[in-house]
Amino acid sequence: MTKSATRDPLIVRWGLTLLALAFLALFLVLPLAAVLVEAFARGWDGYVRALGGDDGFAAIRLTLLVAAIAVPFNIVFGLCASWAIAKFDFRGKSLLVSLIELPFSVSPVISGLVYVLLFGLQGWLGPWLAEHDLRVIFAVPGIVLATVFVTFPFVARELIPLMEEQGREEEEAALTLGASGLATFWLVTLPNVRWGLLYGVLLCNARAMGEFGAVSVVSGHIRGLTNTMPLHVEILYNEYDFVGAFAVASLLAILALVTLAAKTALEWWHRDELVATGH
Amino acid sequence: MTRSLWIDDIRQVLLSIVVVALAALALAWAIPGARAAETKVLLNVSYDPTRGLYQAVNEAFARSWKSRTGEVLKINQSHGGSGKQARSVIDGLAADVVTLALAYDIDAIADKAKLLAPDWQQRLGHNASPYTSTIVFLVRKGNPRRIRDWDDLVKPGVAVITPNPKTSGGARWNYLAAWGYELNRSSGDAAKAEAFVTALFRNVPVLDSGARGALTTFAQRGIGDVFVSWENEAVLALKEFGDGFEIVAPSVSILAEPPVAVVDKVVDRRGTRAVAEAYLQFLYTPEAQEIIARNHYRPRDPDVARTHAASFQPVRLFTIDDTFGGWTKAQATHFADGGVFDRVVAARK
Repeated sequence: MTKSATRDPLIVRWGLTLLALAFLALFLVLPLAAVLVEAFARGWDGYVRALGGDDGFAAIRLTLLVAAIAVPFNIVFGLCASWAIAKFDFRGKSLLVSLIELPFSVSPVISGLVYVLLFGLQGWLGPWLAEHDLRVIFAVPGIVLATVFVTFPFVARELIPLMEEQGREEEEAALTLGASGLATFWLVTLPNVRWGLLYGVLLCNARAMGEFGAVSVVSGHIRGLTNTMPLHVEILYNEYDFVGAFAVASLLAILALVTLAAKTALEWWHRDELVATGH
Repeated sequence: MTRSLWIDDIRQVLLSIVVVALAALALAWAIPGARAAETKVLLNVSYDPTRGLYQAVNEAFARSWKSRTGEVLKINQSHGGSGKQARSVIDGLAADVVTLALAYDIDAIADKAKLLAPDWQQRLGHNASPYTSTIVFLVRKGNPRRIRDWDDLVKPGVAVITPNPKTSGGARWNYLAAWGYELNRSSGDAAKAEAFVTALFRNVPVLDSGARGALTTFAQRGIGDVFVSWENEAVLALKEFGDGFEIVAPSVSILAEPPVAVVDKVVDRRGTRAVAEAYLQFLYTPEAQEIIARNHYRPRDPDVARTHAASFQPVRLFTIDDTFGGWTKAQATHFADGGVFDRVVAARK
């Protein structure tokens, strides 16, 4: 008898489900399938050959390297920032929050141009850098900087609401029981936000590997040296090497799927605990 | 208990992430250093369509350099829109040599960043342009709109595809070729030439930012009746996109001279002047000219040109110096803000 109140008619339920599935197929599954079909247009051998070549491997290596630097940096920064913002009161806090969100509101191309303005030969620091033979833009450090900038907010944005929601009671209890500040962080705060941290890291990683705009501005497009995978995709596409472009694109998609699978595996591994803590 | 287990987990994870990051950093610094020590490295900053050309040239030059000096040479390539590439060099991309689509872009490097002397174009033969090209038409198979010459492009109903001259070096050649054709026909009437070019751009449905994007619009998306293009790009398009197209050469067109130059400040700092100069001089040798002709650029060497005469259609060519008084003047008159091209675009709407 409660059935009619909690359950919609069959047609509505099925209709909505089908609609959602159709939407998913159209916007997610179909493009992914198209990428894979194009990538394997010349079979497995063609796929490997298209990926291969020194330039292709260099692009893959550079992308992994950039992510390996940018992600840990933003984990540390994101944890510090969200801890400070959620657990302490200080002046200028709202300003700090807006600053952290800045990379979201600024177009990536602009973020790249900012680094050109700073470190470019005509920029503020460029002449000094050139004198000392230090290269920042059009080299790996510039690509890392640009990537760190655009992926800046991911971890912090994930953690701040979570920490704020959890409040300060547990930390205050730990402190009154005599724990040091650092011990409180390690033993209380960090374990409480670990899932949020994980999602933040995954998002951050996906963006770090996939960033195009900012990196394109500071890269200099030197083949085999400063081309990341997304830039390499564009180059191959512009050279009419469609199989190659989609092969590299599919590899990027596969990297994203691997991180997704890692997340799912972790969740499954700790499923009991997730249920217990109500996540 | 589970809690402390978790903390160990997190610590380990964080620690391993830090270790991986440090290792990656070390790797990032080590790789370029190691490479620089064992071989000499040159960076050639070029424009979009020349990738295949310079891959072949680099291989040949590295071989010849090794046999002459014993040094192993690696030439890195960077390609992009010509104007954008010039901008990158101005901002500090350490190019030993630049090989761009038009002299104006190298002038900009000399002018804005003072990285090379203003007289760079006199240092090498033929206006520092070891190869040339021209502007031709790519039409659909069978030429259904019967496009033969420039005046067919201004006919009502003909859809013309060209990129935007503001952003694309190739498109500036397109624009100037059309202008020169009408100027020639009307014996020097600039007003007629402007009306002609305005009518032509009224027939352009989309202005892509670069030549490659415009070709995709024409060939892949099937928009337009004629694609105005570099000759070398048109030949490449025939090869890549197969049978659906053919090339039509107009009666008159512009002699496009893509110039090359050594970037003085960079080679002096890096100690690569000798090899950079030898590299550009190599472009004028019969061996390189042969590679140039095989990549569908018009060679300067008369013997090589004769051998390959069959692969280039005869077109009467005028130069930018004779018709427009050089690139700096053409740029200021036509493409600067408030120039003639801005009027042409305004009239399009």
